[in-house]
Amino acid sequence: MNIVIYIAIVLISIGSFLAFMRFVKGPTAADRAIALDTLSVIGIAGLVLLGYLFQRYIYIDLALVYAVLGFIGTIVIARYIEKAL
Amino acid sequence: MSAKTISPSRYFYTFFIVFLIWYAFTTSLQPAEIITGIVLSLVVAYITVVNFDCCDPILITPSHIIYFIQYFLVFLVALVKANFDVAKRVINPKLPINPGIVSFETKLKNNFAKMVLANSITLTPGTLTIDVVDDKFYIHWIDVTTENKDEIYKEIAEPFEKVLLKIYGSSK
Amino acid sequence: MDTLNNILEYIGLFFVLLGSIFLFLGALGIYRMPDLYNRLQAGTKASTLGAMSMVLGIGLMQPGWLIKLIVIILFIGISNPLSSHALARASYKSGIRPFFKKKVDDYEEEVESEKGKMESV
Repeated sequence: MNIVIYIAIVLISIGSFLAFMRFVKGPTAADRAIALDTLSVIGIAGLVLLGYLFQRYIYIDLALVYAVLGFIGTIVIARYIEKAL
Repeated sequence: MSAKTISPSRYFYTFFIVFLIWYAFTTSLQPAEIITGIVLSLVVAYITVVNFDCCDPILITPSHIIYFIQYFLVFLVALVKANFDVAKRVINPKLPINPGIVSFETKLKNNFAKMVLANSITLTPGTLTIDVVDDKFYIHWIDVTTENKDEIYKEIAEPFEKVLLKIYGSSK
Repeated sequence: MDTLNNILEYIGLFFVLLGSIFLFLGALGIYRMPDLYNRLQAGTKASTLGAMSMVLGIGLMQPGWLIKLIVIILFIGISNPLSSHALARASYKSGIRPFFKKKVDDYEEEVESEKGKMESV
């Protein structure tokens, strides 16, 4: 049954690589912000998954904090793009 | 805005919502956490009470609970459909898209209900809310099939708005 | 009791697998789509459901954590569409126009009139 979790880890690793490629390519700042947002959502899911794999509850708290910070970060970037570019 | 006098119940309501969020994030019953939460919520409520005009309390009756469940089910079905729709488009080597920005007018007046509607539209098949100006919703649609206003409304908003109207009514 | 736990575990694994597939598809959509708005479309929907279903799957496999995981699910469900909506509006207002096969754009008018108002002030 652990094999399923390893498959999931491989899939989300490929996914985060693709999102990272978009982050590198751009072409605009907003595209990078989208890629970053997706990366942070993948990161949240990955943290929860790792928390289960290692049986550490603290990873769940970490995922929650990361979710809040990622959301605030994206909103700030959006505000910045709207007013300054 | 700030000249408006704020009633004590308004303060209490803001405090209550802020504390609820704190509690949801900590989910612990240890006295230290609760006390910290109360103190911080008081400070945050004092600062933000002026701008806190979303989520006005509505009277919840038993029939509302049925509508909430109904809304949740409608939403869940749409969300799953949306994902298979996206998956289909992304995997297809030809990328079958025909995007455009359409608009429609909502009958909802309540701000919170509008937010719920906008979020739901974003998560349903092929649509993304770009902006809400008063009653007008601007939607980015990945596959524009019609430009007729009524059909747009029927296609995008009706299943959600029908239920939301039952909960919030068309009054403010 | 043991069989119940086993069943829950298998359902949980199913959700985890489903979630990882959707997360992957969301990232693929971000990579493949031709313009910003379509990227948002693919990215938001797929990654939201993907993350929600993966977290729910873990919650079923580890019922003691379920409450906190449900908080995470709710937060993702509310915050993700909000942030994509903010990004879409910001980039439209900063002048990035969507890719069209056939132009259908009701929003342009609104943004232009708003710009006019800002300039006259």
